[in-house]
Amino acid sequence: MPGGCHWSGLLRRGNTLRVTARGANANVSALFYNFEDRGERYNMPDTLKIQSTAFIRKGLVCYSDMGRVLCSVADSNCAWHDTIGGLIDGPTVERRYGVRRFQEHRNDMFRNAHDGFLTELGKWGLGRRDLVPNVNFFSKVQVDDDGAMSFAPAHSKDGDFVDLRFEMNVLVVLASAPHRLDLSPTYAPPTVELQCWRSGTAGKDDPCRQAMPENRRGFMNTERYYL
Amino acid sequence: MRIVESSLDPADALIDTVHPPGTPWVQLLKAGQMFRIVDLEGNQAVDTLFYNAADLSERYSLLHTILAQSNLYLGVGTAIMSSENRPMMTITADTCGRHDTVGGGCCSSESNTVRHGLDKRFMHSCRDNFMLAIGEHPAGFQKRDVVSNINFFMNVPMTSAGRLTYEDGISGPGKYVEMRAEMDVLVVISNCPQLNNPANGYNPTPVRYLVWDAPVTVASPT
Repeated sequence: MPGGCHWSGLLRRGNTLRVTARGANANVSALFYNFEDRGERYNMPDTLKIQSTAFIRKGLVCYSDMGRVLCSVADSNCAWHDTIGGLIDGPTVERRYGVRRFQEHRNDMFRNAHDGFLTELGKWGLGRRDLVPNVNFFSKVQVDDDGAMSFAPAHSKDGDFVDLRFEMNVLVVLASAPHRLDLSPTYAPPTVELQCWRSGTAGKDDPCRQAMPENRRGFMNTERYYL
Repeated sequence: MRIVESSLDPADALIDTVHPPGTPWVQLLKAGQMFRIVDLEGNQAVDTLFYNAADLSERYSLLHTILAQSNLYLGVGTAIMSSENRPMMTITADTCGRHDTVGGGCCSSESNTVRHGLDKRFMHSCRDNFMLAIGEHPAGFQKRDVVSNINFFMNVPMTSAGRLTYEDGISGPGKYVEMRAEMDVLVVISNCPQLNNPANGYNPTPVRYLVWDAPVTVASPT
């Protein structure tokens, strides 16, 4: 997926998607929906509250709003994936990087993740009512004691990867545009590589399942759903 | 944390009502109207959603709100933003200090099973209140319209190391938050019935709502 572009597709239960950054400062915005019942979707507050964390990393999972595990982060060499920074939109891209239209620049035009998400969602009968808080893989946003948010520059490097193991049949929506809080004046989102293989779902001793009693129950809810 | 008191007099309020815990509440607020939520007994979570009354597909957005101010917590001066990045409400007074939205997933029976035990499936939850409120509303809301909400009076601090926890509430009896409607909004509230969370002392309590008409502004003579 070239920088700036968007993609969506079905990742079935028991498959792992590896997202690899082919360049520094990658940002991959992502949303997850239950493929068969798209009203069920990634729920940022539940994911954070349940696991007492503000970010995603290896060993944690992404929860749906129905108490089930959409996918687990089976592996990643990047220690922090942002959950609170949102999506970059058209006005922000224009303000920060200027305008680069298709007529002059063809596929090197400036694109934004908000429009990319809406484009992909529309293919599956979804729309802006379904646009909820997303994950930003490879980015880091911290807060201070007063709640002020700050983007960590140069957080990710060439070759960083994340393995998302799908525990449900999931509609995945991705966009590789810059992070909304990244103040770099250069529009240069790197290419990201997508690879998928059959891995099976989380086993009995899987670290994501065993990370905490909450996750053991979340996986139990998920497995009951597929009985 | 900024504490700012309101000059509005409850005696002048258009609406003055008490909302018991464990129930939904739906109200149309006209642009310019002032809306106050009073935490009557302290540390009650007031799970709140706003919708553009003219177009319900435009609704409260957690991310647009925290990004607009680049701050995780809501307080005086916070513009409560919509999914179209437009201000829906502005917080004008607050005697609590700050309010949470990042923990605003609203308790559901399903998340209760994960957080507190599979046997908690049949406990009453905020999601139940929201589902009832939207089920009864003629506008044709669906579950997909229930998005992440504001938790007024809740304290969910995030550390710089990225840890997120529920702490004892910083609110107390009689503390309030007040805001001005910037557009015609439908406000949908679950007065949270959560019995598993120490933040409200495992004790859901009533809250009070007051609504004032837009203050009359008199043009000064030129």
